[in-house]
Amino acid sequence: MALARNDSSPLFAEGASSTLRLVIYLALSITLMVVDRHFHYVEILRMRTSAVIEPIYRLAAMPAKLAHDARLAFSDRNALTEENSRLREALMLSQARLNRLGVVQEQNQRLKQLLDVQNGLGVGVQLAKLIDLDLDPLRHRIVLDAGSSEGVSVGQALIDAHGVVGQIIEVLPHTAKAMLITDPSHALPVRIERSGVRVIASGSGVIDRLDLLNIPASADVKVGDKLVTSGFGGRFPAGFPVGEIVEVKNDPSGLFGAAVARPSAALDRTGEVLLLHELADPIGPPAPAETPGPPSGIAPKVPAVPAAAPAAQATP
Amino acid sequence: MNHLRAHGLLFYGSILAAFMLQLAPMPQALLAFKPYWPALVLVYWALEAPDRVGLGFAFVLGLCGDVLTGEVLGEQALRLVALIFIVLRFRSRLRFFPMWQQAVAVLALLLNDRIVLLMVRAFGGDPRPPATFWIAPFIGMLAWPWIFLLLDDLRSRLHARDA
Repeated sequence: MALARNDSSPLFAEGASSTLRLVIYLALSITLMVVDRHFHYVEILRMRTSAVIEPIYRLAAMPAKLAHDARLAFSDRNALTEENSRLREALMLSQARLNRLGVVQEQNQRLKQLLDVQNGLGVGVQLAKLIDLDLDPLRHRIVLDAGSSEGVSVGQALIDAHGVVGQIIEVLPHTAKAMLITDPSHALPVRIERSGVRVIASGSGVIDRLDLLNIPASADVKVGDKLVTSGFGGRFPAGFPVGEIVEVKNDPSGLFGAAVARPSAALDRTGEVLLLHELADPIGPPAPAETPGPPSGIAPKVPAVPAAAPAAQATP
Repeated sequence: MNHLRAHGLLFYGSILAAFMLQLAPMPQALLAFKPYWPALVLVYWALEAPDRVGLGFAFVLGLCGDVLTGEVLGEQALRLVALIFIVLRFRSRLRFFPMWQQAVAVLALLLNDRIVLLMVRAFGGDPRPPATFWIAPFIGMLAWPWIFLLLDDLRSRLHARDA
């Protein structure tokens, strides 16, 4: 007995770093990952511990925020005046454009009423600040300073003044996490404004680049074409600008075209974004028609008999 | 007792600071250069205070990191357990390396960590990361001497104050 212990102790009894413990912990973490992929326990855990997580987020973002505020406080008065006048000009331009649009919208409304079309373009928006955080350099995620208590829900689309930014993927009580359209796992159904060709813009993992793959070889795609959301998939309402094509090339296989686009939104981790309130109407096959047959008023009351029979059996 | 408490404060404070640094924002252009701070700090403590840092501790810390970033639960746990296992195995040698050799060893550890991460992400269905993915371990190597000196200095100050 004592001999055996002497034999094994110098080689394997390394306590905290023994291979057996390593294998156990590795197996445990792999099991956790597999289980989490299927059941998303991490979201529940985050919801439970949000009282701890959210202050940590705020604390981690604080130095950058302070630096930003300090820069703002000490910024040149001239620069501010200049920016102010520039913004005033931009506002005036937008206002003028809006006025013209108002007339068009009125006309559109009238025409729609004539045509009896239900769905409009009216969207409610909510302004949300970003918390400047970097959750994972490989993924393009942003953290918003508004959560479920401010009415944010998973799936809401984010836009800024120039175009589509991303969508909400997780909501905590006072913060929310969103995925940018350039995230490698994001794909966005878009339409080329000029030609109407519909393609998928997938995130590339690079912040100023969207990949358009598998474009039919005959499709009309040119450098400089504007992309807008097509509304397919039901996540993003149709008609919001997404980006501009900067490069058109061929697929390695030669069967399809491919293109690279630059997102038009300012995809940054600072500033503000607009949260679209209503989720877009899901576009898909229409709801199934009611079961054919005579109207219920004159239909023979056949189903009433089998329904009554179990009830009668149940009473005794 | 007081010494122990101060030491514990430094230990947990440095780890919390590492997670904060991990979350802290950087300009877009520098994003790829951010080293894996919790790993660096944990390697230091595994070298200097192995009674505190075991595989179990690395595992729990990794889980905390996963909950904090909201990625797959167990990913950072796996990375840190693998890292700390290697450090504890070669601890007696690593401790007496000169600084530059230690930094090279840290580079090897961080590169290994990147490979583990790459494997985990590939199983999760992520596409291949860009080439800048491999820059961070080198920045970690450059950061190692400073972390080591900083934490060593803080620790010796605690000792000096006690004595």
